[in-house]
Amino acid sequence: MSTVAIIGAGTAGTLVANRLAKQLPRNDTIIAIDLDNSHLYQPGLLFLPFGKANPAKLVRPRRGQLSQRVTYIQALVTKIDPKENTVYLVDHPPLHYDVAVIASGSKIVSDETEGMTGDGWLKDAFTFYTLEGGTALRNRLENFTGGRIVVNVVDMPIKCPVAPLEFCFLADAFFRDRSIRDKVEITYVTPLDGAFTKPVCSSILGSMLKDRGVELVTEFNTGSVDYQRNTLVSFDGREVPFDLAVLIPPHTGAEYVFHSPGLGDDFGFVPTDPKSLVSKVAKNIFVIGDATDLPASKAGSVAHFEGEVVSHNVQHFLNGESLEEAFDGHANCFIESGHSKAMLIDFNYDTEPLPGNFPLRFGTPLLKESRLNHLGKLAFSWVYWHVLLKGRDIPLIGSQMPTSGKRFPAGEVRSPLSTQSRDR
Amino acid sequence: MATATYDGVEVEVNDEGFFTDPSAWREEMAPIIAKEMGIDELTPDHWRVIRFVRDRYLETGGGPTVRVLGKTSGVTVKELYRLFPKGPAKEAAKIAGIPKPVGCI
Repeated sequence: MSTVAIIGAGTAGTLVANRLAKQLPRNDTIIAIDLDNSHLYQPGLLFLPFGKANPAKLVRPRRGQLSQRVTYIQALVTKIDPKENTVYLVDHPPLHYDVAVIASGSKIVSDETEGMTGDGWLKDAFTFYTLEGGTALRNRLENFTGGRIVVNVVDMPIKCPVAPLEFCFLADAFFRDRSIRDKVEITYVTPLDGAFTKPVCSSILGSMLKDRGVELVTEFNTGSVDYQRNTLVSFDGREVPFDLAVLIPPHTGAEYVFHSPGLGDDFGFVPTDPKSLVSKVAKNIFVIGDATDLPASKAGSVAHFEGEVVSHNVQHFLNGESLEEAFDGHANCFIESGHSKAMLIDFNYDTEPLPGNFPLRFGTPLLKESRLNHLGKLAFSWVYWHVLLKGRDIPLIGSQMPTSGKRFPAGEVRSPLSTQSRDR
Repeated sequence: MATATYDGVEVEVNDEGFFTDPSAWREEMAPIIAKEMGIDELTPDHWRVIRFVRDRYLETGGGPTVRVLGKTSGVTVKELYRLFPKGPAKEAAKIAGIPKPVGCI
């Protein structure tokens, strides 16, 4: 008779709840907690500004995605006390747990950057990382006749780190289709020293920006947004003017993490063991999805691959068994490149995204644009609601990264992050 | 691999001048590295950041980013840029003899 409390019923929380519902003995209780009853299909947000997603269709009730076996509590979590094994909620009695699973994701904090939410916000500057922001941006793009568009990642880490690049590719295609591409300048402004963090991928994505006439500004740490002059100002005094700014604000973990003793780091992400996904603060707290501090992408595919390991390890813990050290940092993302094409990238803690083929029968190309990948991305919406959230395995795509099909460069490529973790 | 000589000791550095072996670093090297980068004098405020950056590296295996520094070092981001005008995370990491900090993916 154990109680498992899952904080957050988004992608990660829902899929882990549904896996546990199939796995745990009937007399165990599974509780999922979230603030509202709106489950947002976040991959759809990228298409919203270009009029290619219907905002109403991106949201479904959270409760409806959860197994009947799961008890759903709709309330705001204010604190977890890892010593007392207790979750505190607003307008609900405190909840005692035997195991807690942190699945409360990450959120954007637009007020962390000076000036960002000033009087030009939602007028000349938008984010597509929320449903409201994406819808407002769609209306603005609809009426955009020309000028300078700046896409700015303010700081890492962010959810779906390739999405801002995809936005540039789709914007290029959007304005070409409207025959006004020559009247629009697109600039990608990043704090990184290239288009992306991983070297091979960064150089390929960098040349894709170049091919599309997107200017790349690197190592730009946005200090403030000045709406008087519609200009981004970096901390070292550089300036990037804009007519329309598409901003990806910094992210943090959920608010309650900051109020939970010993649980989170400076940004509210939860220090987590990279292989077993147990938290570093307590043996009976596991962490999944965007809420972790791991050097893995904050993306749904990662939550999906983590789901198998977390649900097994919750059960191992309850049975007094040792944990599986099985997670390898696997991420698998489609990158929309415009005009009905997409690329697929597949990587983990140790192997950066490489060209080649994903080992499916039909040889889905990796790090290369194709129509098949775009269809894969569109089909993913169905897979998301019917397979991924249900906690089922996706056929032929295992939780560990396949190495076959990838073209490894001469000598082994290791990402800087994995080198770092080995030095620890 | 390139080398540099600081305080009479030859150390290995990468193409951008970051130490490849942080354990080769000694405090006496810091002012010399700083001077090379155009920072003529290391004030107590500089040292506060350099020690913080190095401690963080030894603790976590990675150098802190500007955002982490601004939030946790006790020095504001504006002040950090006054101390290290070309980028506090990078410059402090170089002076503290640790690898260049990388953004997460």
